Amino acid sequence: MSEIFMIMFAAILTENFIFSKFYGICPFLGVSDKPSTALGMGMAVTFVMTISSAATWAVYYLILEPLQLEYLKTIAFILVIATLVQFIEMFLRKFIPALYSALGIYLPLITTNCAVLGSALVNIQEGYNLLESVVFGFSAALGFTMAIVVFAGVRERMVFANPPKSFQGYPILLIAASLVAMAFSGFAGMNFAR
Amino acid sequence: MEKNKYLSIFKEGVLTNNPTFVQLLGMCPTLATTTSISNAIGMGAAVIVVLMCSNLFISLVRKLIPKEVRIASYIVIISGFVTAVELLIKAFFPAIDAALGLFIPLIVVNCIILARAEAFASKNAPLPSVIDGLATGIGFTGALTCIAAVRELLGTGMLFASSDGTGGIRIFGEWFTPITVFLLPAGAFLTLGFLIALVQKITATSIERKRIHELELDALDAGYHKTLMRDPETGKVVKKADILTVGMDPADPREENKKDDAEFLDGENKDTKGENA
Repeated sequence: MSEIFMIMFAAILTENFIFSKFYGICPFLGVSDKPSTALGMGMAVTFVMTISSAATWAVYYLILEPLQLEYLKTIAFILVIATLVQFIEMFLRKFIPALYSALGIYLPLITTNCAVLGSALVNIQEGYNLLESVVFGFSAALGFTMAIVVFAGVRERMVFANPPKSFQGYPILLIAASLVAMAFSGFAGMNFAR
Repeated sequence: MEKNKYLSIFKEGVLTNNPTFVQLLGMCPTLATTTSISNAIGMGAAVIVVLMCSNLFISLVRKLIPKEVRIASYIVIISGFVTAVELLIKAFFPAIDAALGLFIPLIVVNCIILARAEAFASKNAPLPSVIDGLATGIGFTGALTCIAAVRELLGTGMLFASSDGTGGIRIFGEWFTPITVFLLPAGAFLTLGFLIALVQKITATSIERKRIHELELDALDAGYHKTLMRDPETGKVVKKADILTVGMDPADPREENKKDDAEFLDGENKDTKGENA
């Protein structure tokens, strides 16, 4: 049980996907202009990543490993994730329209989000079992959501700042991200995993 | 003509449309793998190979792929090449494989490759597509190397250490205390931010200079320029003072030197104008 909690804390804080692993920087810079949008994206990622962790685990250990096709995992996982995202989109539109209207626009962006493929590959690399994989996928996505929402809060304040002309746009954004990352690296001292 | 076309594709990919500094695509590997120059070049080389192969292949089959499923087909093609490159790196460069970790398989979801497939390879013949892949790949590698050079130099005081952290040429002497934060994630964001600011500054200055040059030329042609004008006979750029005094004094020695002067001025055009503006 303590193993599970260790995986959770490590994935959310010390090994945060954005600020220490650099998975999913594109949505982090792209959709973090408002906390509400950031939260929507984070929830969509959490939803997809939890399900895809289980799905890719099953595909790897039930199909690829018995057939000794482990080297095909990258191709297999990206196809599973793309199909899954499409399927989730269709399912939500049909059965849970309220959730679809909240997350719908973010779903197509998730296929090419490297956090989702990254978490699937980490699960295999670390040799997690099914429960651990799902917990890792869920908490890594939670860490992603936290990072993107926190940064959206910072970014909202930056609207009123007036940086030099060459720093306008992405440069000042990246420097702000650097400061937030510095704050997050404070968690690195707390060694939960290993 | 053909050659010019390839040259402009090349320049576009490496400089004017640089995937990292101008388009900000593929940020994850850019930030994660730039802790040392050798890691950056390893990552860049992998991306160049995948980009060229996938661009070639997608361009070859571009007429066979139905429009509705093209993105899915591109991803399958790209991940095939990525898997091949991953296995090759594992077999021949284990140190790079250990340093880059999951970022080799994650090339599959790197937006640069999908963007080139969609924007270029799906519309162009194989040869230009391969050149576009090479150029974009070199632009990516160059940008990564710049970032890595700054981070490695400030973070360790050395350059060109190999991927397993050994070797390297000491640039700063013993007095230098390595600024470790540049090797941490925070340093990655910081370095990239400052480098993009530098690129924006350079682009803005060159655009501004070009605009001033055009305004000066307009003024010159209309005859409103403060110190310069066109010689009514030859059409060359000369100083107003020269033209206006010539003829008043028949023994003016400048008459003979006029041609040389004008040539000199034509060459120096840009600088003189910059001062006047």
